[in-house]
Amino acid sequence: MITKRIIPCLDVRNGRVVKGTNFQGLRDVSSPVELGKYYSDNGADELVFYDITASAEGRKLFTDILTQVASTIFIPLTVGGGINTLEDFDRVLKCGADKVSVNSGAIRNPDLVHDAARLYGDQCVVLSADVKRVDGQFRVFAKGGREDTGMEAISWVKKCVSNGAGEVVLNSIDTDGVKGGFDLPMLEAVSEAVDVPVIASGGAGCMEDFVTLFEALPKVDAGLAASIFHFGQVKIPELKQLLSEKNIPVRL
Amino acid sequence: MIGIIDYGVGNLFSLCSSCRAIGEEAFVSGHAAELSKADRLILPGVGAFADAAEKLRTTGMADFVRTQAAEGKPLLGICLGMQLLFEKSYEYGCHEGLGLLAGQVVPMAGRLPKELKIPHMGWNALEVRGGRLLQGLDGQYVYFVHSFFAEGCEASLAAVTEYGIPITAAVEQGNVFGCQFHPEKSGNVGLSILRKFAGI
Repeated sequence: MITKRIIPCLDVRNGRVVKGTNFQGLRDVSSPVELGKYYSDNGADELVFYDITASAEGRKLFTDILTQVASTIFIPLTVGGGINTLEDFDRVLKCGADKVSVNSGAIRNPDLVHDAARLYGDQCVVLSADVKRVDGQFRVFAKGGREDTGMEAISWVKKCVSNGAGEVVLNSIDTDGVKGGFDLPMLEAVSEAVDVPVIASGGAGCMEDFVTLFEALPKVDAGLAASIFHFGQVKIPELKQLLSEKNIPVRL
Repeated sequence: MIGIIDYGVGNLFSLCSSCRAIGEEAFVSGHAAELSKADRLILPGVGAFADAAEKLRTTGMADFVRTQAAEGKPLLGICLGMQLLFEKSYEYGCHEGLGLLAGQVVPMAGRLPKELKIPHMGWNALEVRGGRLLQGLDGQYVYFVHSFFAEGCEASLAAVTEYGIPITAAVEQGNVFGCQFHPEKSGNVGLSILRKFAGI
């Protein structure tokens, strides 16, 4: 049986891993290469590297770091951040990424998902959506959660999937950094709307939050988190042991 | 020394890194003269079957691979590279493969229980049925990403994985090996499979 995936996310700026709370107040955590290797050796099913650098210099640094990470870990690697063109896809795929996650780039350029899926296959294109409730509606935000696009989230996700996105990472801005659990109503709405894998992101504070996620929403395929893994509040082998005891299929 | 066949399909970065990680010399080439010096060959591949089969033919790699396999050189097909070992594929039409193994490649769509997602993507357990490559790995998890699978390959079946129905996970016949999953993305279990192949 296919297992539920546990995915640590590493936000990288100028070659170092950082994690913000509600996308603000960044704080240096550790080396991407060391953290990546640690997770790969300690039960992570996949890694997500997110480049939050704004400068060209920082981007070059990220690309170098990515190559080092990809040479040392042998689990699937998703890369996102600053992906606006097919050249950006090419750049990170050549450094060893397996999947490429698009967010603001897909909002700015409506053809990006479609064109990338044609060129590299659906399995390579991950839609990452930052979503927040506004006036009782799920709304898509751009630019790292700072800008309300005015677009309704469910129809946006459906459109991207029909254009070829092979997977969806749903980041709830409402629960991100709060550590009170995943945003179940938002995740339910998205996972009912599409038939590609959905990865839950934003809000995990403890191991039980993952149990609740997979028990309440069997259609969600994976849980993603950052700081609780980076600071050791949740250890992935213990988390997977607990999930297994609750009869949730995981790779032990 | 492992020769990784480059015919313009897919990303060979991880495969090269994983060969390095197991201490095995490996090189990527699209030239028969160079590849024939390798002790064993890996046929990688992601993407569409028809496109890949066409590229194998036009680059002359199809005939080269068939000849090398017939001479007894160990050959490992990975993912689409495994599917190409078969006689034909029904991925958007009907296309001829290398014909090294009996069987055909068919879509998952319409053959799986409705609630299961396609592609079959993620970690799934091996049910080992036989062969040398996966000996001792029954029940271990490996990483899959695919929407088509091989059937009618009972003669070479080495492992299946359960995804609503049994899905061909690995095949093996003499010196010809194939993995539907990605050993280069399957952690230590995957590396142990590549190490085993390097010792065959």
